[in-house]
Amino acid sequence: MDLFLFYLRKLFTIIKKEVFVLPSRIVVVLFFILLLLLPVFTKDLYLLRIFTLTSIFAILAASWDLLSGFTGQMNFGHALFFGVGAYSAALLNKYAGIPPWGTIPLGALGAVLSGLIIGIPCLRLRGTYLALTTLAFPIILMGIVFALPDLTGGELGISGIARLAGSRVTDYYITVVVMLGLCTIMWKITDSNTGIIFHAIREDELAVRASGINTTRYKLLAFCLSGFFAGISGGLYAHFMRIAGPSTLEVSMSFQVVIWAIFGGIVTIYGPVGAVFILFPLLEFLRFWQELRMLMFAVVVLLILLYMPDGLFRWLRDKIEKECPRCKIRNVAMRHTCRVCTAQLD
Amino acid sequence: MDLVLNIIISGLISGSVFALLAIGFSLIFGVARIVNIAHTAFYMVAAYCIYFVTHKMGSHPIWGMVAAIVLVTLLGIICYKLFINPIREHEGAVLIATIALAMAFQEIMVLKFTGTFLSVPSLVKGYFAILGVKVFYQQLLTFCVVLLVMAGLWILLMKTKLGLAIRSTAQDREVANLMGINEARVAMLTMGISVGLAALTGAVVVPLTVLEPHMWLHPLIMMMAVVVLGGLGSLKGSFLGAYILGFAEALVVFLAPMGAFLKGSVALSIMILVLLIRPEGLFGVSFEEER
Repeated sequence: MDLFLFYLRKLFTIIKKEVFVLPSRIVVVLFFILLLLLPVFTKDLYLLRIFTLTSIFAILAASWDLLSGFTGQMNFGHALFFGVGAYSAALLNKYAGIPPWGTIPLGALGAVLSGLIIGIPCLRLRGTYLALTTLAFPIILMGIVFALPDLTGGELGISGIARLAGSRVTDYYITVVVMLGLCTIMWKITDSNTGIIFHAIREDELAVRASGINTTRYKLLAFCLSGFFAGISGGLYAHFMRIAGPSTLEVSMSFQVVIWAIFGGIVTIYGPVGAVFILFPLLEFLRFWQELRMLMFAVVVLLILLYMPDGLFRWLRDKIEKECPRCKIRNVAMRHTCRVCTAQLD
Repeated sequence: MDLVLNIIISGLISGSVFALLAIGFSLIFGVARIVNIAHTAFYMVAAYCIYFVTHKMGSHPIWGMVAAIVLVTLLGIICYKLFINPIREHEGAVLIATIALAMAFQEIMVLKFTGTFLSVPSLVKGYFAILGVKVFYQQLLTFCVVLLVMAGLWILLMKTKLGLAIRSTAQDREVANLMGINEARVAMLTMGISVGLAALTGAVVVPLTVLEPHMWLHPLIMMMAVVVLGGLGSLKGSFLGAYILGFAEALVVFLAPMGAFLKGSVALSIMILVLLIRPEGLFGVSFEEER
């Protein structure tokens, strides 16, 4: 009992001293709670479906950020990982009869393998070269998919895959919990030593190599990690939609991921996730303007970028918080002195 | 024999198209470091412009070509001024701004002309036969125009003052600025030239292809492959790379089973193979990384 009270008190202190001091942290906690409680308020199947898909794509966008945002390895072919995850989950389920909880991790492993395969030639390239080369890989795979219609179903894709779970609400909970868990893991990775090395590679690869770090290994690690998370989202997508088609490999899919991630603000993890949660439902709710939908989407992205080129969430965060000039800790914008070192905030 | 000739013609045409597109793309990349995804979208807009002038207004296709080139070049400069110039310092933002532009153009075209497949009459009708294979005059015209434009561009870049300014800005922006070159103006002019080239490509090639709002995606991918294969910023590389990939595509389409599906894959695999051996492309110079 005492031990329990101790942990409870510790939890309270953490919430009071670490969470409530910054509005951005409160928002994150609220976001978690709201997402987990959504089915309590509404049982609307359409709404749940949208948010399930949103969560799946949130994993994808965050995994792009892990690779391209943090390591700076601009990947224009992120649909490759998504498509490999979706197709291998679908193939394993259809031909080997493995249930979803087995196919999704195996599909993710397939995506890791594809990350290794494309990572090795791409390690020698950087910047724009890399971006333009990675664009090629999903298209190559798509050609192979079309050329083997007996196995992959060609243009129609593989249909008749097992459902993720029995009901829409269970589907929702599985994807949301997986999304929140994986995004927290990604955020933790970027916060760890590995993440700092990723960040350093982005800033100055030569300096990192001069510090005795094998950058090649870390870049490959980034490709594999990103492939793993994107593969999981691909597998979830295949089992949720019950179809794995060539649309998962399309160029527009790759571009969509880049738009989400940059719109939210790269090198943040929370940025891309938030951007998906704004842009994807927006696109769905604009459906009453069927013809104007994509146009509106493009215009919104263009206009927001014009005013917030660093991404929406970074802009918002800089509005409500400011960094202490002395100890680099973030504070609420209303404060005049830093909450830790009491230095004057400007 | 028929097959060989068909492959040569089809390879020359698609190679020429890719070459013009790739040169425009690598010009603006070299000068302003803009990865212009919307480049082939301008090509599509030019093609629709011709369709509009010939079908809706009933004018001669030559007016359509002129209108397309002028209007699309203006459109390109306006888009640059409004959407790209203000955020040029943020590489990622520029990237998705151009993607969004391309999507916007595609959607506008879907709204205006619907998504159906359209076609445009050739500028010159008729064909002649070599060894029993039809060669349309339009194909010949496309090929000649591409060669002429390429020669003109070479003269512009190598012999004129503007060309010197463009090349020096591409080499080092800051030093070029210090030497009294108005870097912003050069970037804008280059954008104009680059989009103009895309419009011209669209104008000469549209009678040979079908017109649809998604027609910019395949050339975009091939154009990027050409640019990477030839080496970024190298005109010679783009020229050669374009014909290599054009012929590769033609060979696959005519010879391999399921060729139409595999053409993109094979061409892109060639690009990746070359990159494995020469990471900077065929003619690219491996310049020191900008730090």
